[in-house]
Amino acid sequence: MSRHTLSVLVENKPGVLTRVAGLFARRAFNIHSLAVGPTEHEEISRITVVVDVEEHPLEQVTKQLNKLIHVIKIVELEPESSVHRELLLVKVRADAATRTGVLEVVEMFRARVVDVVPDAVVIEATGPAAKLDALLAALEPYGVREIVKSGTLAIGRGARSITDRAFERSVRSA
Amino acid sequence: MTGTPTPAQIAARAEARDQVRTELRSRVVGGKAEPEAAAPRVGPEEVTGAQSIVRSLEEIGVDTVFGIPGGAILPLYDPLMDSAKLRHILVRHEQGGGHAASGYAHATGKVGVTMATSGPGATNLVTPIADAHMDSIPLVAITGQVASSAIGTDAFQEADIVGITLPITKHNFLVTDPADIPRTIAEAFHIASTGRPGPVLVDISKSAMQSRTTFSWPQEMQLPGYHPVTKPHSKQIREAAKLLATAKRPVLYVGGGVIRSGAAELLRKLVDLSGAPVVTTLMARGAVPDSHPQHLGMPGMHGTVPAVAALQKADLVFALGARFDDRVTGKLSSFAPLAAIVHADIDPAEIGKNREADVPIVGDLREVIGDLLPELAREHETHGKPDVEGWWRQLDEWRRTYPRGYTQPEDGHLSPQHVIQRLGELTGPDGIYVAGVGQHQMWAAQFISYEHPNTWINSGGLGTMGYSVPAAMGAKVGMPDRTVWAIDGDGCFQMTNQELATCAINDIPIKVAVINNSSLGMVRQWQTLFYESRYSNTDLHTGHGTRRIPDFVKLADAYGCEGIRVEHASDVDAAIKRANEIDDRPVVVDFTVSRDAMVWPMVAAGVSNDDIQYARGISPAWDRED
Repeated sequence: MSRHTLSVLVENKPGVLTRVAGLFARRAFNIHSLAVGPTEHEEISRITVVVDVEEHPLEQVTKQLNKLIHVIKIVELEPESSVHRELLLVKVRADAATRTGVLEVVEMFRARVVDVVPDAVVIEATGPAAKLDALLAALEPYGVREIVKSGTLAIGRGARSITDRAFERSVRSA
Repeated sequence: MTGTPTPAQIAARAEARDQVRTELRSRVVGGKAEPEAAAPRVGPEEVTGAQSIVRSLEEIGVDTVFGIPGGAILPLYDPLMDSAKLRHILVRHEQGGGHAASGYAHATGKVGVTMATSGPGATNLVTPIADAHMDSIPLVAITGQVASSAIGTDAFQEADIVGITLPITKHNFLVTDPADIPRTIAEAFHIASTGRPGPVLVDISKSAMQSRTTFSWPQEMQLPGYHPVTKPHSKQIREAAKLLATAKRPVLYVGGGVIRSGAAELLRKLVDLSGAPVVTTLMARGAVPDSHPQHLGMPGMHGTVPAVAALQKADLVFALGARFDDRVTGKLSSFAPLAAIVHADIDPAEIGKNREADVPIVGDLREVIGDLLPELAREHETHGKPDVEGWWRQLDEWRRTYPRGYTQPEDGHLSPQHVIQRLGELTGPDGIYVAGVGQHQMWAAQFISYEHPNTWINSGGLGTMGYSVPAAMGAKVGMPDRTVWAIDGDGCFQMTNQELATCAINDIPIKVAVINNSSLGMVRQWQTLFYESRYSNTDLHTGHGTRRIPDFVKLADAYGCEGIRVEHASDVDAAIKRANEIDDRPVVVDFTVSRDAMVWPMVAAGVSNDDIQYARGISPAWDRED
């Protein structure tokens, strides 16, 4: 098994996420994480999906995704030529005695405190999955109370835009 | 360009992007683009949403719709009554309507259309939609949905049919804005009929049907993500031609795609030019005439020994519109172990799905074969005709040793194979034969000689019992001048025979051969072979020596059909001839056949094709012939 990150450009229409997610479930593919949001073109949304599959089923899942009418384009983003980030919000126990220690960890990981109450803080951090895992490990001794993660977002390095090219292609082929 | 863009550059880019956007909106994507010069523009007309549906169907050229009204689709049935172009056939069950649309599509190559109301009407369409999905049948299902304001409230007869049919449609739509109706219907027909065909469902809310809107035609489709590839890659074609020209033991493995694509005539040329043996799958029976000397018959679980053996021993399997289904390959890892694979299909996802392809070709088979022919001829000019003589000696030996055949039953009842064979011989190759699912289906695939595409109609992928009668009805509506035989089992027949009423009332004189062995025959066969003859729940009590519940002859009579019972071999021909002469009402012939007859040859599920049994306990000895 290996991990692959796919950027799936889809028409911004109701139910598209269900179609994509349903396809993964139906064909017995495991979604590790999934994030969806708008792009610079209002007609196009972008789904970043991280899957754990063998090479052969990955090809099959890409082809099956391509058959969905609302899917415009699929690009696999290789780790070496793309940037991968997750957003983490974590609520950590922090009272007068432990707060300094927690803040030192926050400092070390270049994270930010976004909410403070007398016995806890909420920390915001972004980064690749490994960095966030390390942050969480460092916070663990203080008492992690709640975690929420965004799922991976990824974009290719360099000047080229996959959305623009997808957009032009869909118009050209008209 | 590096560095921070200037405001002017940003503005210029934004403008360029807007231009692209405007273009995307204003142009048709993926379909009949600008209206053709000759096509007259219609509208805008002031109509209701319901009228807009009827007008859209009329403009597309639909002539027949199979359906049943109900609450949420009532507004549509009102203008439908006034349409001079649409014939609506009132079926007795939505499943029947769906299969009828499928049979119509199968027989004519056109898109089949079915209609149902919301909730249970729509859910009754699930089986025919799934069936059409598996067999790549172009089908459009239009369902009424509860009023937009009631969607999501568990309203009376509400079902999320778009959600339910997501995995079994090529695409589906929910329409709540009446302005979207004509475009959506145009897109639905386009998607259903192009690329790899399939079912498309359009769910339209009752409120959208009742609202005022405008109708105009033609419509500009907006399908930026839909671009089926039809033109094959020339390099792949050259590679494929080279392999076919040089293989010593090639086999053309022909699937239903050839029939869907209308490529049967071209295929015939390829068969002749290549000199290679050809096998036609269950979905492709008729794609090559059975009388063609290079035709080895059907491959797979109940295929002929020569067809199965040819694939197993081939050095090249040349797949055309076939999908390496488990019923063809047997145990996948031991299928055609020596063969290089050329795989041509219009659906890229089929290629490499089950078996890795050495030469993948994505394209419409008409184009694929059209491009292959000159390329293969060129190969022959360069390298001479391929040397397949040794291969043919081997194949002919198999054909001589393992011909099509069956043993006569010992219980004195009719032989089902004999009945079906005579039915094919007396009706001829211009008849259309529509089967249900089970033993009778396999015998109909084996013992009728098909000479033309679209004369064999069955539920191959989903294996839907009850397919036969409604699908035959649809085929007869589409091809009224052809003799249409539903070849059904007593189990299947009891699932959908209510459509005999539809046939009788609407002047659709189909003929039904009930191959009545008084049991769920294929299940019983597996119980005989794999469950120590413990016949758990397979006795249906419809035949000889039982209470005959129901009595199919009386049932036929009750439905206004001619009912004929045949119990003796000497009466078989006369009954078939009589049925073929009756053209003013449907005919049901109840053939009471032996329940001990089994379908042979057989490759048991999950085992290697090498272990095919010609008849019970008789396996070909390959080594002797190798």
